[in-house]
Amino acid sequence: MKRSNAPVFWSLFGAGGMLSALTGPALVFITGIAVPMAFLVSPDLMSYAHVHAFAQHWFGKACLFAFVSLFMWHGVHRIFHSLHDIGLHTGAVAKLCCYGGALAGTLLAGYALLSIGF
Amino acid sequence: MSARRPYVRSMDGWWRRDPFFVGYMAREATAVLVVAYAVVLLIGLIRLSQGQAAYEGWLYALRSPLAIGFHIVLLAVFMYHTWSWFRIMPKTMPLILPDGRRLSPALITGAGLTAAAIVCASLVVAAMKVAA
Amino acid sequence: MAEPARTIEIEVLRYRPEQESEPVLQSYAVPFTDDMSVLQGLQYIKDYLDGTLSFRWSCRMAICGSCGMMIEGVPKLSCQTFLREFYPGKVRVEALSHFPIERDLVIDASDFIGKLESITPYIVPKEPRTLDQGEYLQTPAQLEQFLQFSGCINCMLCYAACPQYGLDSKFTGPGILALLHRYNADSRDGARDKRMDLVHTEEGVWSCTAVGYCSEVCPKGVDPANAVNQNKTASAMDFFLRFVAPKGSAK
Repeated sequence: MKRSNAPVFWSLFGAGGMLSALTGPALVFITGIAVPMAFLVSPDLMSYAHVHAFAQHWFGKACLFAFVSLFMWHGVHRIFHSLHDIGLHTGAVAKLCCYGGALAGTLLAGYALLSIGF
Repeated sequence: MSARRPYVRSMDGWWRRDPFFVGYMAREATAVLVVAYAVVLLIGLIRLSQGQAAYEGWLYALRSPLAIGFHIVLLAVFMYHTWSWFRIMPKTMPLILPDGRRLSPALITGAGLTAAAIVCASLVVAAMKVAA
Repeated sequence: MAEPARTIEIEVLRYRPEQESEPVLQSYAVPFTDDMSVLQGLQYIKDYLDGTLSFRWSCRMAICGSCGMMIEGVPKLSCQTFLREFYPGKVRVEALSHFPIERDLVIDASDFIGKLESITPYIVPKEPRTLDQGEYLQTPAQLEQFLQFSGCINCMLCYAACPQYGLDSKFTGPGILALLHRYNADSRDGARDKRMDLVHTEEGVWSCTAVGYCSEVCPKGVDPANAVNQNKTASAMDFFLRFVAPKGSAK
């Protein structure tokens, strides 16, 4: 019987799902509503100086990488399975597009973070 | 010659046939917006790596009414994700302890939602404390 | 002095392969009382209105698992569903979803039966055991580990509920995976590794997307969704740790 490699993608899906469930609402609120509207928080919270310094620190890099990458792995896994659910015959192409997309996003995030330096 | 002719029914539109399935598809559909938000963050990261002017362009775009409206929708979707995530989480765990006692799924869901509330509140409070 | 009988409309999805190319709805006016089940309504139709109506039933008390059907679009045991619930509306009765229809409300369950046999559905002793060793002893805690999952009556409502099985019948499915878990969780059994071989495949637990409707419709509280999804965690742990931990040490 052929063992499935689903555990790899399911684990990434789970990690991303847990992270987004625990932090997602706050992140969206802060980055997308509070800061742009200067509501409850200082508009300089996400200034270039602040965020650049955060991204230079190893902890900041880890956070930013986790948010971008794991949210993507979570989302594409569900999207891929939902394509099957709505009757689109998902084969290797769909799998490549979905997980390949998350991989591309992961690599781009890693590259951007590394190029920001330490 | 057998008179059997088993009839196979179509699965077209299966999820529209029951509110339970509609709820399931809504839960699954949150994934699209989770990816969308990750892309927004990714673009911000890339702009950050391209220097101050590029990054501030991204920040400026976030201030448009369209962007803010989009994030309000995102907020609702993420909250639904959090809710549905911890509702399904008990199913992925053994609920019968080695000594035979049972874990209550409601307790697990409650603990998860509480943890999410605490983490989110902490993030918002921390954000509020950062001085200009 | 008998009260005037009320009548309810039962609309049945008929299918006679020798007569029609596609299933067709047929309505019957059935006199009923508050204590009548949908099964009794069907029996009335067969006895007095239309002897050609075909359906499975046996115990009339929700333990044999024979009378599963779609009642107003929901998988239910017809012996456990009451006509009064739907009155004055009509009751639409169809064969169990996700199975081919043989005739009227009778489905082809051969896929389910075949899969049932494929999961080693019996206790395989951990080591050879002689009669004079006596019976196995189990504590209440050990019994508790698998008792819930042993309550399955093979009614297949969970298969009618499971869209993944409906979309691809290669999926082993909720009820059979729950039974598989029942044996894995039994302290007397030693064939867990063999059953996990099936669990680890795409047709094992990995076709499940945690819809959870199977556990909603189960008339016996088996919770197949839990059986399948906790085995996802077990399968994933085994996937990553299999080269690290010696075989059989992870449980």
